[in-house]
Amino acid sequence: MNDVMIRVENLGKTFTLHNQGGVTMEVLRGVEFEVRAGECLVLNGPSGAGKSTLLRSLYANYRLQTGRVWIRHRGALLDLAGAAPRKVLEVRRETIGYVSQFLRAVPRVPALDVVAEPLRLQGETAAGARRKAAALLERLNISPRLTELAPSTFSGGEQQRVNIARGFLPGYPVLLLDEPTASLDAANRAVVIGLIEEAKANGAAVVGIFHDAEVRDAVANTVLDMVEAATESAA
Amino acid sequence: MTNETEQPLLRAVGVSHWYGGTLGCRDVNFELHPGEVLGIVGESGSGKSTLLACLSARLQPTAGQVLYRTRYQGTVDIYGLSEAERRLLMRTDWGIVHQNPRDGLRLAVSAGGNVGERLMAVGARHYGRIRETANAWLERVEIDAGRIDDRPDTFSGGMQQRLQIARNLVTQPRLVFMDEPTGGLDVSVQARLLDLLRGLVADLGLAAVVVTHDLAVTRLLAHRLMVMRRGEVVESGLTDQVLDDPQHPYTQLLVSSVLQP
Repeated sequence: MNDVMIRVENLGKTFTLHNQGGVTMEVLRGVEFEVRAGECLVLNGPSGAGKSTLLRSLYANYRLQTGRVWIRHRGALLDLAGAAPRKVLEVRRETIGYVSQFLRAVPRVPALDVVAEPLRLQGETAAGARRKAAALLERLNISPRLTELAPSTFSGGEQQRVNIARGFLPGYPVLLLDEPTASLDAANRAVVIGLIEEAKANGAAVVGIFHDAEVRDAVANTVLDMVEAATESAA
Repeated sequence: MTNETEQPLLRAVGVSHWYGGTLGCRDVNFELHPGEVLGIVGESGSGKSTLLACLSARLQPTAGQVLYRTRYQGTVDIYGLSEAERRLLMRTDWGIVHQNPRDGLRLAVSAGGNVGERLMAVGARHYGRIRETANAWLERVEIDAGRIDDRPDTFSGGMQQRLQIARNLVTQPRLVFMDEPTGGLDVSVQARLLDLLRGLVADLGLAAVVVTHDLAVTRLLAHRLMVMRRGEVVESGLTDQVLDDPQHPYTQLLVSSVLQP
């Protein structure tokens, strides 16, 4: 139950802005940590400290200059930073869920299908995936009237909850959460805290960014202070 | 035990093409697996259309090989095949969606005929079943069944493009090449077409190579991306990596030049 799910070694990320005079920005250097099954690590620090950059690096959305990101996938640790593109897609399909701050809505696709899609990619039937998606959206207080509509017209808070449902529905063993409660009211924040607690109880390893102290205190096992962990400079 | 998806379907090895002394594309290498969609982006003149023509058996490369894993005969160099074998492969295994639907449709033949003709080319003979299948495909690409006997030159651009897609997919190809499939269409029509393509590619498990200059199209359709400039691939990776964390100066310029509505 307390296997290492994520192990980060000597992670370094530098951005080079070629069209702005070749400015380089070292955002992360020598970041190291482990997250075990059932644990939640919270990334803490001021805006610009590299929290989202770190989270995106764990999803292989950003490519690293140094370091390894070991993720437990199909029972063994695999270095996602060095994995082939097809392997990364497989890990994202089966193992890692990522809830971004903003929903990237596809035109014309109903909210229900946006949420059901990751389950379908795992081989669930369309009907089964939609049924489970509907139940989770209801729990997140999205009116059944809305679920057949494309979320591009939804309010910020509604889109955020669609995004959360999409990330939590497959029950990924590794969950990355980038301010999932930023635009939610107290009732919906409580639902999200409940979802995170359930994921942990099911053995998921969670890494999250939460500006809301109430959420942070409720779910965190460990806090990583990003000012100490990371470095920021421009040259 | 090897899984069907473990072996690449298409492999480009050092593919290069010169038009006389002018470079079309140089030393392009990649592998495409079943179910994968590869996007090729770059500005006009970057060599992406030349590369697509080389990959899809329409333009023999000056150097390099295009290898394709056939259903029954193992992996072949497509330019090592006879003309007849290559034509058969293109008819049975491949689809090509042109930017201008008029290049991929027969305008003097009815919509149903455009779809049915492809079925007959692979041996279908039963008229009732051909019409039934054509009807089902028109419905699938959201063309009203009442238009089956109309000629495509009476269709709007978006409908023509959807008809071209039906004509290509009706024979259940394994690999589809698309050249700017949403180019020249209104934005609202583009969205509908993209959504349709996205669903079809996922449901049918198609492999596809999509050439486009529209980065938003690649975000929605492509798993992986290659960025071309002056005939060469300057950057490649997962689509979200290339778009969210571009490394090459040219890719950074491309990504930062897109207007956010």
